This record gives sequence, structure tokens and C-alpha cells, in this order.
Amino acid sequence: MEEYQIETKNLNVHYHKLKVLKDVNIRIPAKQLTAVIGPSGCGKTTLLKSINRLLDIHDDVKIAGQILVNGENILDQKTNEVPDIRKKMGLLSQKPYPLPMSIFENVAYGLRIHHQKNKEEISRIVEYCLKETGLWNEVKDRLHDPATRLSLGQQQRLCLARAIAVKPAVLLCDEPTSALDPISAQQIEKLLLKLKKDYTVVLVTHTLRQAKRVADYIIFLYFGMVIEQGPAAEFFANPKNPETKAYLSGEIS
Amino acid sequence: MELLNRRTLEENLFKILMFASLCIVLGSLVIIFGLVVINGASSLNIEMLTQTPTISSPGAPPGGGILNAIVGSLLLALPATGIASLISIGIALFLQTDFLSPRVSNAIRFMLDVLWGIPSIIYGIFCLMIMIYLGMSSSVLVGMIALTMLEIPIITRCMDEAIKMVPIGLKEGSYSLGSTKFETAVRVVRRQAFPGILAGMLLGLGRGIGDAASILFTAGFSNRIPTSLFDATASLPTMIYNLYSTPLGQSKAFAAAFILLIIVLIVSVLSRLLTRRLKKHIIK
Repeated sequence: MEEYQIETKNLNVHYHKLKVLKDVNIRIPAKQLTAVIGPSGCGKTTLLKSINRLLDIHDDVKIAGQILVNGENILDQKTNEVPDIRKKMGLLSQKPYPLPMSIFENVAYGLRIHHQKNKEEISRIVEYCLKETGLWNEVKDRLHDPATRLSLGQQQRLCLARAIAVKPAVLLCDEPTSALDPISAQQIEKLLLKLKKDYTVVLVTHTLRQAKRVADYIIFLYFGMVIEQGPAAEFFANPKNPETKAYLSGEIS
Repeated sequence: MELLNRRTLEENLFKILMFASLCIVLGSLVIIFGLVVINGASSLNIEMLTQTPTISSPGAPPGGGILNAIVGSLLLALPATGIASLISIGIALFLQTDFLSPRVSNAIRFMLDVLWGIPSIIYGIFCLMIMIYLGMSSSVLVGMIALTMLEIPIITRCMDEAIKMVPIGLKEGSYSLGSTKFETAVRVVRRQAFPGILAGMLLGLGRGIGDAASILFTAGFSNRIPTSLFDATASLPTMIYNLYSTPLGQSKAFAAAFILLIIVLIVSVLSRLLTRRLKKHIIK
């Protein structure tokens, strides 16, 4: 699988008249797990959604700066190229949103919109993706049940299976465990750790402990600004910025 | 202690008020149904459904059945609902896309709500004026147009709400798999909003099939089953009105009302069953 390099240069995002991101310059390393941390409302989700241009569908959003994917600025790309950008970046949202169809069709949806017609091939990929996410044994006898009958944790894993079915290079995860029970959350965490071998994973999280457990690289956002970024071991052992120290010690949250 | 008593009293008072409201509504339904059945029972027979009215001698009650009105009502309301739904889905989708600024689309919604509230006789007279201007006469076609106009604001607003209720996270999920706006609208939003869209269509049908004022002048009245779009036709509401104002026709009018109620009931039950089936996959 090709390397996917993501970089932002002076990224500024306005939402209505509020400046949500200020001069964000980050580099997301390929095939590692990058955690974006910071207190609520600091712009973590906005940063994530600007990377796959999901901000386009919201009204009143202004984006300035550059987001470079493999050296190409995706903010320059025309609207009709946006689906291709998004296809390369799977999304896992805070609350799982399975599509209004059966478990099988949820995973097959991405294949069908990208013109995969071969039925055997579709079945094979669906089975592979469900096995990858550990769902296969739980759902193999009820593939044609509505996806809503699954538990929340299972739904989140289904969303993950749905995302990897279209062979993305990046997985964007927006607090994917915050709505789940501890056991389901642990399953998702383990999956992300497994998947980072093949995918570049960006994990937005508001729990510091989760970041400590899983991240290779940390980006710390505070009031829309990048305060500090770097390899996780160094970030936690030896924070350089006073605000980072305050956040790590729990003084600001 | 005294405070607690007051709060208990308040709570009980409101419970009684709410229960009373429920009784008024359900009671009215039971009374209406009862009255219709009791008054119409003597005229309720299979001939009502299978025959058209016959001319009776003076002093005798009106003879025959109301088949022409049943056919007329269905012929007016079903196509009207179909046409209105087609137009409405277009308006509803237009209101949801980014072509309009929120201020404009909200203004349009407000106007549609006003249209919803306009008495149906106004639609009837409006269509009558156009009809006369064009030199046409009362017919199935003009009645259909009047009903279509009456139903459009209702159906549009229901569809609009149904589409608006689709969670943004669901659309984001679909977009992030690389699907276009069109694919998302057709494959995801449509599935999710369909029960609401269908409910809107059936609400429009219910309103259209029971409305008398808008088709009073536009569809006219006839004792025969219409054979072309340009024939005048009776409908259940106008038939009820006619029968009730004929001497000795009251019991037949109630029988006709009973048939209309049953049709509306069938529509409601069918819509319930259908939406329950369609709701299987819906994301809450």
C-alpha cells in the first residue's frame, strides 16, 4: 500500500465568525497512530473533518491555508474530485452511524458505489472486512438483519469494517470510543492498534489515558492552536511547553 | 410539609386536566363514529357500493347507491396525491440543498405553512376562476388540479421535515466512503427519510379525499360514473352534502359518511403497517 503523507500549512478555519483553528502546522506520520488531544471545543474534530473535506457540507465555514496529501494541496481540488479524496480516508465518528440497510449491505455499500459488480468478490471482501474487525463470528448467521439490531460497540466495529472495505490509506477516528462501554471501547482500541500496520490512523481523543496507551505521535491542540507535537514517548516524558505540562498534570482540561 | 402538599395537589390537577383532554378527543371520535353508524344503519347495504343513484318518485327516499361518488373520490384524490407528491419531493429537495440561503428557505417554509392554513374553499374558487377564464366546465381534471394545489403544501412540509430529520452523521458516514451527493441522497437519505415521506403522502391523501369545498365547484356533480377527464363527477363529500339536503336522504347521507370514514381508516391502517415495515432499517 502506498505511503500517505499528510501535512498542513497555516491551516485556518472559521466557523460562522468564530476562528476555530489558528495557523495549524502539523505533520501526520504514515502508518503510525497519531493522537490529537486537547480539551473539549479546542478544534480537534474540525481539524479531523478538514482533512477529508467533510467541512464542505457545513454552511458558513471558511478554510484557508494548505492541507498537503502526498505533496498535493487537497483544498485546491475541484468539488468533483472530493469523493476520491474521501475514499482514501475512512471515518469513524463519535456515535456509530450504520447506514439504514442490512449488516451485509453496510459493508457492501462502499463497494457498490465504486462500481464493484462481481457478487462473489463483494461477498469475499465483506467477509474479509468483518473478520478483520472481529465481527464475523458474531454476525455470520444474521448478515441480512438490520444493522440497527447490533449493539453500539458492534455498530462501531461495523462502521470500521465499512470504512476498510473501500481500501482507504488513512483512518480518521473522532473519539470513536466515547459512546461505548469499556469492553467495546477496548475492542476498538485493540483494532486500531492492529490496523496501524496497514493504515495511517488519526485518533481524536479527549482521554489522556487512551492517548498514552495507544499513540505513537501526539498533537496537542489548545484553543485552536497547536501547542506541541511530537513522538508520544518524548511528549509524555518530557513536555516542553508550560501549557502541555498543565494539561498533562490535569490543571487544565 | 405544606410545600409538598401543594406540589402533590398541582401534580394531581395536571393529571386530571390531561386525562380530561384525552377523554374529549377520544370521546368525540367515538361519538362521531357512533352517530354515523346509528343514523346510517338503515341505509347501509351492498347496493350502496355497487349501484349509482336512481331517480326516485317525489316523496320517496333517493334510490340506488353511491358508486359514482366512491369512484369519483378515488379518481380525484389518488392522481392528485400522486402529482402533488412528485411536485412536493422536488420542492422539499430544493429546500434542503445548498442552493438557497437559510433565510430564503425559511421564508418559503413560512409561506407553505400559510398555504397549508388557507381554507380549501379559496382553492376551489381560485380554480373556478381559472376554469371559467379558460372556458372549461366543472370536471374531473379541474377538481384534480384543485386537490393537487390543496395537498402540495401539506406534503411538501412533511417531506421537508422527514429529510431534515436525517442525522448529519449518517450523511458524513456515506460521504466519507467516497460517495457523491447524488448517491448519498438516493441510496442513504431516501431510505432513511422514506417512512416520513410516505406519511406525508398519506396525510395529503387523507386531506384530499375528505375535502368538499375545493371540489364543490371544480368537479361539479353527476349521477353517472365519469368516463373521461372532462366529465363532471360526484365525490363522497359532495354526495354526502347532496343527500343530506334531499328530503328523506339523511340516512343515506350517513351511510355515505360511514363509507368515507372506512376509506380514511383503511388508508391510515395501511400507512401504519407500511411505515412499520419500512422502519426496520431506520437509524435512530
